[in-house]
Amino acid sequence: MSVTQLGMPAIGVPRKGFFTDTSLCIGCKACEVACKEWNSVPADTSMQLTGESFDNTSALGADTWRHVAFIEQKVPATDPSAHDGVKWLMSSDVCKHCTNAACLDVCPTGALFRTEHGTVVVQQDVCNGCGYCVSACPYGVIDQRKEDGRVFKCTMCYDRLGAGEEPACAKACPTKSIQYGELDELRARADARLEELHERGEEGARLYGRDPDDGVGGDGAFFLLLDEPETYGLPPDPVVTTRDLPAMWKRAAGAAAGMLVGAAVIFWGGRK
Amino acid sequence: MSPRRQRNEEFTSYYGRPILKQPTWHALDIAGYIFAGGLAAASSMLGAGAQHSGRPALERSAKLTALTAISASVVALVHDLGRPERFVNMLRVAKPTSPMSVGSWILSVYGPLAGASALSNLTGVLPRAGRAAGVGAAVAGSAVATYTAVLLADTAVPTWHDAHEVLPFVFAGSAAASAGGVAAALSPVVQAGPARRMAVGGAVLETVMSLKMERSGNLSTETLHQGRAGTLLRLSKACTVGGAVGLALGGRHSRLVSAVSGASVAAGSALLRFGIFEAGKASTIDPKYVVVPQRERLEAREAAAAPAVSTQAPAK
Ligand code: SF4
Repeated sequence: MSVTQLGMPAIGVPRKGFFTDTSLCIGCKACEVACKEWNSVPADTSMQLTGESFDNTSALGADTWRHVAFIEQKVPATDPSAHDGVKWLMSSDVCKHCTNAACLDVCPTGALFRTEHGTVVVQQDVCNGCGYCVSACPYGVIDQRKEDGRVFKCTMCYDRLGAGEEPACAKACPTKSIQYGELDELRARADARLEELHERGEEGARLYGRDPDDGVGGDGAFFLLLDEPETYGLPPDPVVTTRDLPAMWKRAAGAAAGMLVGAAVIFWGGRK
Repeated sequence: MSPRRQRNEEFTSYYGRPILKQPTWHALDIAGYIFAGGLAAASSMLGAGAQHSGRPALERSAKLTALTAISASVVALVHDLGRPERFVNMLRVAKPTSPMSVGSWILSVYGPLAGASALSNLTGVLPRAGRAAGVGAAVAGSAVATYTAVLLADTAVPTWHDAHEVLPFVFAGSAAASAGGVAAALSPVVQAGPARRMAVGGAVLETVMSLKMERSGNLSTETLHQGRAGTLLRLSKACTVGGAVGLALGGRHSRLVSAVSGASVAAGSALLRFGIFEAGKASTIDPKYVVVPQRERLEAREAAAAPAVSTQAPAK
């Protein structure tokens, strides 16, 4: 942790998280619906069909805190994991609740904060809609509600957590694709599941966001994917932008000093 | 200059949809703010120099420019907020992790100093204090002109972040060019020597550093050459270079040449800010600028970590 990153405070109850095991996802979107219901998230717009797949939500956003992606892949007809040469990948995406969260770092009002559960939440009564977090998030998660002006994203059901409940999406998921719990425990569970899948011959299986040494210090919400992250619309190797902030401040200080020296030179450097 | 590397730009995405969100900022507000802030900041440096070198007309125009520009820029900044009435929330914390928080504090120091020095100059009230404020505004101005580069670069926007090493110098040059240009246009030629030198020096720095930024070899630099951004940036260079040459050759002799050339350099600076703004936006729309460089980084790391005999590496 550096002066330019807030990172994860060492206090608080054990860090909570999501482990989304996409190998179990059946694409029912119960998580999307439960999230909208519980959190009173408005409808996205009038009904729109993308015409590309069963995914008509398209992406995470201010009004979509869980998003189920549908990927259709053509595979050889003999592939036992697919029917008729078409393989389905489904994955429920969500805010990653990053260890080094760019949104949290750059928020100028302190509206974004780290909760006692280790999650990242917007205080709606403080947010002034500057939009900095929107450009800072390396996953394209948080966004502004245009008609409201403020930004919104997954809170991991902060209110439910406080009451000892699990988040609405995890509760609604019928296949346990979305698992909620203590992050350490989830990581151990994910490692075991990955091994199991590899043994079964699922070579594409991999964990995403599990590694505490990655560019964001690991995600509080991490995934088991069956293909490369970008297939699901996830950045393959995200890095929190504030990691480079000390270097940026140094450069800016150099440029500022240079300007002052330059200004002195143009007045008193040459002949009058 | 490094030639653009040959790349394998075949990449996978989710139906070609963007990975990042587009900036919520409006070009007129934010690019406009950055331009006006830079103009104000470097004008304060001219004002401070003029007050100590006996150039009252230059001092007057530079200080008024600074006050006008910083007022306009703050209006633009507040206007861009989703909840403008909550603007003061910017000052509820001081966070070094947030360039926007740092910037708000810088502005809250700079603004009153620039205002005080301009008002004192206009009214003749408290001249000593006014001059001290003028020096203060010049020093604080150096931060106003350059922190905006950090503001843009400290994001996940590929074009902006990739430029983080040169952007402060691009913006410093651009700020100086605009202030020099405006002052050269508004002041009598006999007193405007420093303004012309600032405009020409700033224009050189702006142009050299922009070229450096555009040729850094990062994939995202494509966005600086294409589409709207490319047009704006080409236009910017034409205005900046044309104006600087005009000032250098004819600025001393003709008020008209001074006015036209100065305005041209300032316009070049404004176009540069809008061009960089648009390029950043474009780089968030095409997932290529996220996936391709990150994939390359990942593969390079995996190649470096791979043992000679590739065992079954656990996917991470
Ligand atoms: S995924 Fe984006 S919005 Fe969620 S914590 Fe990380 S930076 Fe913030």
